Amino acid sequence: MTPATTALLLTAPAAVPLVMSAAYGLTAFVRHEVPQPQLVEKPRLAKKAVAVGVATGPSPTGKAADAGEPLVESPAPRRHTADWAALASPAVILTCAALLAADRVGGGSVSAYSGLLRADALTVWMLLVVGAVALIACASAPAHLAGERAAGSATAWTVWRYHMLVQAFLGTMCLAVVSANLGVLWVAIEATTVVTAFLVGHRRTRTSVEAAWKYVVICSAGIALAFLGTVLLYYAARQAGIAEAWALDWPTLLARADRLDPAVTRLGITLVVLGYGAKAGLVPLHAWLPDAHSQAPAPVSALMSGVLLSVAFAAILRYRVIADAALGPDFTRVLLAGIALLTLALAAGLLLAQRDYKRMLAYSSMEHMSLVALATAIGSPLALAAALLHIAGHGLAKATAFCGSGQILQLRGTSRIGRVRGLLTQSPWLGALFGLAVVALLGFPPFSLFASELGIARAGFAAGAGLGWATATALALVLIAFAALATRTARMLLGPGEPTGENPSALWPLTLGLVACAALGIAVGPLGDLLTQAAAVLERP
Amino acid sequence: MSEGLFTQLLDLACGAFLLAAVVVLWRRELAAIVRIFALQGVALAVIALVLGLHEDRWGLIVVAVGIGALRAGLLPYLIRRALRAFVAEQNGGDGGLGRHGGSEEARETQPLVNVAASLLTAAALTLLAYAVASPLVELDPTPATRALPVGLAVVLIGFFVLVTRRRALAQVVGFLLLDNGITATAFLAASGVPLIVELGVSFDVLLAVLVLQVLTLRVREAFGTTDIDDLRELHD
Repeated sequence: MTPATTALLLTAPAAVPLVMSAAYGLTAFVRHEVPQPQLVEKPRLAKKAVAVGVATGPSPTGKAADAGEPLVESPAPRRHTADWAALASPAVILTCAALLAADRVGGGSVSAYSGLLRADALTVWMLLVVGAVALIACASAPAHLAGERAAGSATAWTVWRYHMLVQAFLGTMCLAVVSANLGVLWVAIEATTVVTAFLVGHRRTRTSVEAAWKYVVICSAGIALAFLGTVLLYYAARQAGIAEAWALDWPTLLARADRLDPAVTRLGITLVVLGYGAKAGLVPLHAWLPDAHSQAPAPVSALMSGVLLSVAFAAILRYRVIADAALGPDFTRVLLAGIALLTLALAAGLLLAQRDYKRMLAYSSMEHMSLVALATAIGSPLALAAALLHIAGHGLAKATAFCGSGQILQLRGTSRIGRVRGLLTQSPWLGALFGLAVVALLGFPPFSLFASELGIARAGFAAGAGLGWATATALALVLIAFAALATRTARMLLGPGEPTGENPSALWPLTLGLVACAALGIAVGPLGDLLTQAAAVLERP
Repeated sequence: MSEGLFTQLLDLACGAFLLAAVVVLWRRELAAIVRIFALQGVALAVIALVLGLHEDRWGLIVVAVGIGALRAGLLPYLIRRALRAFVAEQNGGDGGLGRHGGSEEARETQPLVNVAASLLTAAALTLLAYAVASPLVELDPTPATRALPVGLAVVLIGFFVLVTRRRALAQVVGFLLLDNGITATAFLAASGVPLIVELGVSFDVLLAVLVLQVLTLRVREAFGTTDIDDLRELHD
């Protein structure tokens, strides 16, 4: 493969969604569906009042600055081809990932732009997960948006903005996956926070504004810690004699990791794990997760839960290899195992008392991410392969569950578990798909989460006494979460209900997600080699 | 530049940088806090400038100018603009007699921790920063790295402001203090991160502040106040 083709394959997954995003914005602009920019009014008199430090007395010119967007009414119902055009990005991501997988047979790596973008087996695996989950989310979007339009809560502009931000979100996630420079990786992950802020605050109600505020503040501050950690690692690398241009390059750092100063690296890695852990939904900076996931539109929740968490966790995986080479495996093992168990305990406890089904799914994401963290702490080849398989299986199942929950929300108008009963009688297809997605999340065969959880448990008990106990504790906590999730879902699905004539053809993306998750569990097939190679990338050199 | 002058200038700039963070904790008037934040941006730019002149690196001098423009000019301007809008709206909206007077919106009326305790905490955080940073200084003791704890202290103080302040805009300033501290750490430890990363980070910070500014307006619109403690709808 020529360097130009490689460069194209590495650039396209990030560039195509960003171009699509710009195209959506441009179309909205050309069609005059962009509202007036919400400039804050600055009356002269008030300015003077601030200048003297007090603001007393009425000011006659002060008019309430209208921060609201003028509503642009949707024109008469038309075919929404723009909704379907969004599928181009997942298609491109999946194609590029497949071509890259075929290209580097044997587990090598390819890079472009003097090493700035790089793909190894782990990159390809993550790109496949991003592409697959994005496919489900983008394919569910037209049905979701149609529901919003029918309910009158979507205007032409909010739909354009939705597409713009989702595409930009996909682009930044792919950039985070393909970049070899740890600084660029940070920039891309922070950019995901910025572009998803307005998706979380999409509905502008009190709850969604609150969720968006918490999301941006906690994630930005948390991930700032990761940047501080990156800076400290850069300092250690410069002191180890690595040139400026390469001191944040992942392969270079890995090759020279033994020369990094242990004390500085230890501090840096701790900050990085805490910082990216915030974005991956791990303790102690996890508080944004249930709020943001429950308030965002369903396809966005699917993307955030299904891949954003694991893209952030992939960053931790990359740093862990460096840390293990510089400090030995015990440091990250204790750190990650501790964080994993705390997160798991918290998620299981809060699942027990959960009354909102979108929040229930959000806590289940924390549960699964902590299992991935535990597998990473174990760190044997089996555990790492299981962690990567778990990332993929959880992404597919959770995307399906969230997209299904969005339809339930539109159907019932409430996200309270207690008020949703008899879903199976009311709309059998939706109920069955949602139920099966939860069954997949519970770790039943044939879905791939069964295989990966089995792998994690086996690796954990084989890894020695300390980790064996950690795994046993984790399994007990998973059992609690299992019980909570199962009883609540059963309450939603069973019971009497009025059958409504539902249209199962709109549910094909959910079926696709479940089929993919089950197929991955029955036979990994051609992906098996890729999985082994990706796990090998993460082993200590 | 002679070694002695370099050390003195650098220490002076770092001192001003830390002092600005402490003064932010001391003041309650949001307008004053933003002004001090702008001064801290100037101090940060001076740190980068001094390092650039000392090492004869033109790239660093250009970065210093850019950092100064962003952190002492653009970001304070954005926050001040939002602040003015609130005060103006308040005065016009309810004749200045409403429950949330304009002056209340522009002041941190009831921080969770009072001023004296905040200042003591700042001192404790600075000591903590010195303790944590000792391995960093030992690795390569130069005048620049000896000032490293200052950057970390500002990071910790920024976190403290973020956690204890209740006005939305004061929290934004806390986030920016945190970010200033990290940038200062990067300059002092390794003369700044590579240019492409620095550009990306600055762009992200700018976007994050713009997003927070719009969200502040929406919080205001939805809750009638920018007191973040009133955001209590979502919980378990």
